[in-house]
Amino acid sequence: MSTPVPGPPVLALRGVGKSFGSVRALQDVSLDLYAGEAHALAGENGAGKSTLIKTLAGVHRPDAGQVLLDGQPVAFAGPGDARDAGVAVIYQEPTLFPDLSVAENIFMGRQPRRPASRLRRIDRRAMHTEAAALFSRLGVTLNPTAPARGLSIADQQMVEIAKALSLNTRVLIMDEPTAALTPGEVNRLFAVATALRKEGAAVLFISHRLEEVFALCQRVTTLRDGRLVASELVADLTPDDLVRRMVGRHLDTLYPKAEAQIGDVALEAERLTREGVFTDVSFQVRRGEIVALAGLIGAGRTEVARAIFGVDRWDAGRVVLGGTDLPAASPTAAMAGGLALVPEDRRAQGLVMDASIERNLGLTRLRTLSHAGLMSRRRERNQAADWALRLRLKYARLSDAVAMLSGGNQQKVVLAKWLATEPKVLIVDEPTRGIDVGTKAEVHRLLSELAGRGLAVLMISSDLPEVLGMADRVLVMHEGRLVAEISRAEATEETVMSAATGQVRV
Amino acid sequence: MAESTSTPVAEAGTEPRGTARHGRPGTLRLGALVRWDTVVALLVVVVLIYGFAGVANFGSAINLSFLIGNTIAVAMVALPMTMLVVAGEVDLSVGSMVGLSSALMGALWNANWPIDYLIVFCLLAGAVGGLLNGWLVTRLGLPSLAVTIGTLAAYRGLAQIILGANAVTDFPQNYLNFGAGRIGSTFIPYTFILYAVLLIAAAVVLHATPIGRSLFAIGANREAAFFAGIRVKRLKLAMFVLTGLISALAGVIWTLHYASARYDNATGLELSVIAAVLLGGVDFDGGKGTLCGAVAGVALLGVLQNLMSLSDVSAQSQTVVTGALLVISVLGPRVARQVREVVRRRRSATAVPVATASAPDVAGDA
Repeated sequence: MSTPVPGPPVLALRGVGKSFGSVRALQDVSLDLYAGEAHALAGENGAGKSTLIKTLAGVHRPDAGQVLLDGQPVAFAGPGDARDAGVAVIYQEPTLFPDLSVAENIFMGRQPRRPASRLRRIDRRAMHTEAAALFSRLGVTLNPTAPARGLSIADQQMVEIAKALSLNTRVLIMDEPTAALTPGEVNRLFAVATALRKEGAAVLFISHRLEEVFALCQRVTTLRDGRLVASELVADLTPDDLVRRMVGRHLDTLYPKAEAQIGDVALEAERLTREGVFTDVSFQVRRGEIVALAGLIGAGRTEVARAIFGVDRWDAGRVVLGGTDLPAASPTAAMAGGLALVPEDRRAQGLVMDASIERNLGLTRLRTLSHAGLMSRRRERNQAADWALRLRLKYARLSDAVAMLSGGNQQKVVLAKWLATEPKVLIVDEPTRGIDVGTKAEVHRLLSELAGRGLAVLMISSDLPEVLGMADRVLVMHEGRLVAEISRAEATEETVMSAATGQVRV
Repeated sequence: MAESTSTPVAEAGTEPRGTARHGRPGTLRLGALVRWDTVVALLVVVVLIYGFAGVANFGSAINLSFLIGNTIAVAMVALPMTMLVVAGEVDLSVGSMVGLSSALMGALWNANWPIDYLIVFCLLAGAVGGLLNGWLVTRLGLPSLAVTIGTLAAYRGLAQIILGANAVTDFPQNYLNFGAGRIGSTFIPYTFILYAVLLIAAAVVLHATPIGRSLFAIGANREAAFFAGIRVKRLKLAMFVLTGLISALAGVIWTLHYASARYDNATGLELSVIAAVLLGGVDFDGGKGTLCGAVAGVALLGVLQNLMSLSDVSAQSQTVVTGALLVISVLGPRVARQVREVVRRRRSATAVPVATASAPDVAGDA
């Protein structure tokens, strides 16, 4: 890999700081993006990567420091300004208009017009030829007239990249673009990114997969807890060096897994099938056990959890909870049987954002919190205060809306709301997504302690270190099927990832 | 167990209380004081004072009993309507249901049914009409606005088929006395007692029972409520049935009050009800509002209309005033909330993270 001699940086940050209330998301961070160079941004969840990207993309304005474009300080008033300056962002889940065609998505808001038209009508033919030209430049075969709906995530990303190209993008930022891609799609994306880089674009690449950083990038900047750790050439680093910079501490404290007494089967799924979503999924979770359900996004893990809890129905198979069959599609029955589900999306599914902390905490236990049919506010508040204390919730008043809490504290409220039902089986879906490292460690300690008390835990997680650090057993799903069951001793990044990507069936 | 010390699930009381940040002293809780429903309630008081002091005949017992009698159907239907709107649904067929109930009452009376039976039958018909609305909304997943626009037309048509253009007026005198009479020498109609009982029941259910909590949760975030084990569809269905039932009851009362069963009784009542509920600060998107606000909304509209009639304001102008109030009522709480939000953002040290679907770790960064 040739290391280009950098000229002046195209886009740079100098001593940038950004706070949200009392939370300092970025402190004194500097970054240089050079033309013709791919730059990786490394760091754990909550390290400040998203804030940094949004600062570059004009979504956030820094509280301190400067954004430099070609060495000149600029103040982007919004994403539009950044786009006009040639900064494009490709997000993990592209944001296309599903009912419009691919070409219309690329040229949204600046469609080519017919030259002779008084009515300024859109020149569809020109739009389609231009889109086709962009795709051939990218080396992908996509039909410009096809609707965006139904495209794979990889193809949607290609549409976004084509849009970026058509805007004469000089800086291309890719936020975890490979999370949902197959290895073949990753290779195609990398080929495109490399081609763009060689044409002189600066690329900023975010990924949790270290091998991708090493395969694609020349330079890497590491953030930890909102601060700059290091900015250096990839060629000078080993993967271990990079992990140490990202984590900055012993991993043991983040994954405090205690040995637990494994007991009887608490939850069993038998040949569970939901047409077109998952097929023939069979597994057991025992008391005291933490079982991880790993796999790529879209492998069907969340869907299995939803079906077991009764939010969706299943088409075939059965679920046995504590020795008795669970009826399909009834969360109420599942809860009565001692099942709890901490859902993946805490804003949409876990919490009523506008309602207060105490109301949210009481929502799963309305019956228990009422006396003779009337809600007992005192009981509701006492339980809320009790759980807030147990989980070390940071809050001002229990009557405040949960929307006012930080992400980590919101997640604690969701956990508390479900633990308050005193479940026998707890399913947690991405329990630590998007929460800070400190809270993450607390959640892990909590899960480990609950398992130690005999709770059966099924943990869906896309965070590999979390899976490896916390699970007694790892189940791996790939394209709707359970493809591997790996013991704690045998579970490594390689064994789990190769099963998750469908390369090996264990 | 290695984790026996300092676990997160420690016994309550063994941990320092320091994690709970208490609100800064001196922070003005303006938002808690200036609530839309209290503003409307205050307006009612202001308008009443103006009426008693400045408008001739307003304070007379006969006028006050007219005022209450003319408002009571709207007030009654507003109770279940508030619950529906809180749960994020709406029923536009209530006016037609009042009419259908009235027409049914007339037709059955003509067919020589005993009055007690036919009233029970009318109430049952209301429940069935509500059940149909609720079934279409919850089981077929259709939007309630569209469904009930349909049944608005259908129930009114049914009423006309049942009774035609006739008016039935010869109900038993003791029932008519209940519908139009007053308690002793006071201005309070008998029917108001029935309303007061319903009001108290509705207030308790909405604000002090698990059902009420569930309705607010459903309206604010249907999915989260469902995930929390709340039987969303069943509860909504029950609310539609209740709305149909109360509408039919209002139809019976209407018929007795005006001593006239007609198919076109209470035409347009649904708009008055919804106007009053929204005027009372109940959010049309669901999840926010109080029954007290809805009651204040009904009272404000009722008193204003009465005052305008006494002051010889034309019916057309009255409609304009009512319409303007409705727009203000939808706008007002939103503007108030926005102002509060801005004040809170400026004051508060706590960040409200920007919701962005495309950036999974935004909340952690924020």
